[in-house]
Amino acid sequence: MDALLQFIFSGVTVGAVYALVALGFTIIYNASDVVNFAQGEFVMLGGMITVFAHQAGLPLPLAALLAILATAAIGVALNKLAIEPARGAPVVSLIIITIGASILIRGAAQLIFDKQLHRFPAFSGDDPIRVMGATILPQSLWVIGGALVVFFGLWLFFTRTLTGKAVLATANNRVAAQLVGINTSWVMTLSFGLSAAIGALAGVLVTPITLVAYDVGVGLALKGFAAAMLGGMGNPKGALVGGLALGLLEAMTAGYLSSQYKDAVAFIVILAVLFVMPQGIFGKKSTERV
Amino acid sequence: MMKTMTSTALASLVALGALSGAAQAEIRLGASVSASGPAAFLGDPEAKTIEMMIEEINAAGGVNGEEIALTLYDDGGDPNKARTFATRLVEDDEVVAIIGGSTTGTTMSILDVAEDEGIPFISLAGAISIVDPVREYVFKTPHTDRMACQKIFTDMQAQGIASIGMISGTDGFGASMQAQCKEVAGEFGIEILADETYGPQDADMTPQLTRIRDTDGVQAVLNPGFGQGPAIVTRNVAQLGFEIPLYQSHGVASNAFVELAGLDAAEGVRLPGTALLIGDLLAEDDPQYKVVNDYIAAYQAKYDQEPSTFAGYAHDAVALMVDAITRAGSTDPAAIRDAIEATSGLVGTTGIYTFSPEDHLGLDLSAFRMLEITGEGWKQLD
Repeated sequence: MDALLQFIFSGVTVGAVYALVALGFTIIYNASDVVNFAQGEFVMLGGMITVFAHQAGLPLPLAALLAILATAAIGVALNKLAIEPARGAPVVSLIIITIGASILIRGAAQLIFDKQLHRFPAFSGDDPIRVMGATILPQSLWVIGGALVVFFGLWLFFTRTLTGKAVLATANNRVAAQLVGINTSWVMTLSFGLSAAIGALAGVLVTPITLVAYDVGVGLALKGFAAAMLGGMGNPKGALVGGLALGLLEAMTAGYLSSQYKDAVAFIVILAVLFVMPQGIFGKKSTERV
Repeated sequence: MMKTMTSTALASLVALGALSGAAQAEIRLGASVSASGPAAFLGDPEAKTIEMMIEEINAAGGVNGEEIALTLYDDGGDPNKARTFATRLVEDDEVVAIIGGSTTGTTMSILDVAEDEGIPFISLAGAISIVDPVREYVFKTPHTDRMACQKIFTDMQAQGIASIGMISGTDGFGASMQAQCKEVAGEFGIEILADETYGPQDADMTPQLTRIRDTDGVQAVLNPGFGQGPAIVTRNVAQLGFEIPLYQSHGVASNAFVELAGLDAAEGVRLPGTALLIGDLLAEDDPQYKVVNDYIAAYQAKYDQEPSTFAGYAHDAVALMVDAITRAGSTDPAAIRDAIEATSGLVGTTGIYTFSPEDHLGLDLSAFRMLEITGEGWKQLD
C-alpha cells in the first residue's frame, strides 16, 4: 500500500514537470498552429539564468523573476527575428525554424553559462513530507501547485479575456482576425513572450528536483510534447491531464513492471491513444474546409 | 618588373620553405576529444588540461629542446567525426602521436586509424575492451569500470555485505559499469537481488528505489551512473529514509556531486575515487602528493574551477606521452610507442603507471581509493 502511494507521489511529481512544459506549448500553438520546439530551451533558460543570477548574489525570488523576464524577452526576440520575417511560410517551415532556434539557444547557453550541472536550494527545504509510509518532497508540491496555477491562468485567459480570444481567432483565421481589428502581429509577439515566460517558470520550479544544464531542454521538450499530444495539443486541460497521465504511467511501470520498459510502455500507450483519438484526449475535432 | 616579381615570389617560396623546415623540428602532437556535445563533461576539462599542459611544457623549454605543436580537434562525441579527425591528424597534420577519445565510442574509431598507421595513441576512455586484447599502438589512462566494481565489492566484503540492490543509469557509462559489476560480483560472494535502471534525464527514481527497499535481504545499494542521475538517486535515497549504505561510482567522484545532491543527502555515501579528489588530504610523503597538488593549483589558477577526475585522465596521458618522447629521444612514432610500453613507475593523478607488453593500462586496484562523504568533506577509508 505504501509502495503504491509512493509510486503515485513519484508519478505526480514527474507528471507535474511534464505538464508544466506541455502547458508552455499551448499558447504558441493556439496562436499559430506552430509546435515550438524551442520550448524546452525556455525551461532550461529559466533554470540556468536563475542559477547564475542567484550565484551572482541576487536573492532567489528576484533571480527567478529576472530569469522569467529575460526568457520572455528571448521569446519575443525569437518571434521578431525569426518567425515574423518568415510570415506566410507554411507551418512546417515555422516549426523547423523553432528547431533551429532551439539549437542556437542551446549552443549560446553552453558558451555564455557553462557545461556543468547546477541546482539551487528547494524553496521550502528538503525535509520529506510523510503520508502513510510514503514520502514526497515539498518542492514537488511547488511544482504541482505551479502547474495548477498556470493551468487555471491559461484557462481563464483563453475563455474569459478578449486578448485570449484574439489569440484563438488569430490561429483560426489570420486574415479574418485582422479584418475584425485584431493586431495579429502583436498577438504573435504576446504569445511567444507568454509561452517563454511559462517555460521559464517551469524551469525555476523544477530545477531543485531535476537539476539543470545547458542540454536538459531537449529531453524535457520531448516529454512535454508527448504529454501535450496525449492530452490534445492546444488545450490547457489536455496538457495538464496528459502530463500527469504520462508521469503516472512511467512511475507505475517502473514500480510494478520493470524500470527497463518505463519509457517504452509510456510511448506505447500514447501511440494507442492517438490511434483511437488522433486529436488526443481533449483535442477538438477539426474539419478542414476545402 | 616581371623579373622582380618572380624573384619576390621565389624569395617568399624560399622563406616558406625555411618556415616549414622550422616547423618540421617541432614535435607534432595530435588530440581529438569531445569538448562539446553529450560527452562535453568529459572532453571539456580534458581539452583544457591538454592545452594548459602543452603551454606549460613549451614555456619551460619544450621536450628535448623542441617545442610541442599541438593540434586539438573537438569531435563532439561523434565516432564518425573522431575517425575523420584521426585520419586528418595522421595524414594532414603529420602528428607523431595522438591523445584523446573521451568516450569508448570515439576511442574505438581513433584506435583503428592509430593501429593502421602505426601512430601511438593514449586513450582517455574507460572500457576494458580498449586494451584487452592488447593492441600494439594503443594505451589508456583511466582505470576500467571492472576495477571500480572490484574496489567497491572489496569494501562491501569488508563490511560483511553479501547481497545488494543495483540501480543503474541507461547511459553508456552506467550500462557498461552495470554489466561489469554483474560479471565480477560472484567473485566477491556478492549476490545482486534487485537490478533496476533509470533514464539519464529522469527526474525521480523513488519507484525503483521503493522496489529495492521492499526486496528482502538487500544490505546495500550500488548506483553506477553519471551526470544528474546519481545526484537524484542520492536525494531520493535520503527522501525514502534508507538505513542501508549507498555506494556511488567513480563517475561522480567530485565535489560538484556533493553540491548537487546536497550534503544532507550525500553524507555517508561511499565511492571509489582517485588521489586527485583528495589532494588536500594526501600525506605529504604520498608519492602522488606533489603531482596532484601541482596540477590542481595550476588548473585552478588558469580556469578558476577544480579539475575533475576526467581532467586527471588527460593530465596523465600528456605526462606519459611527454615522458615517453623524452626517453625515446626522437619523434619516430615506433620509438615513442616502445618508450610508452617501457614506462615504469610514472606518477600520475589517477595512479602510478607501469606498462608492459601484456598490460597497456598500467594501473592496479591501488590507484582507486575508497572514500566516504562526511560533514567535514572526503574521508579516505583505506
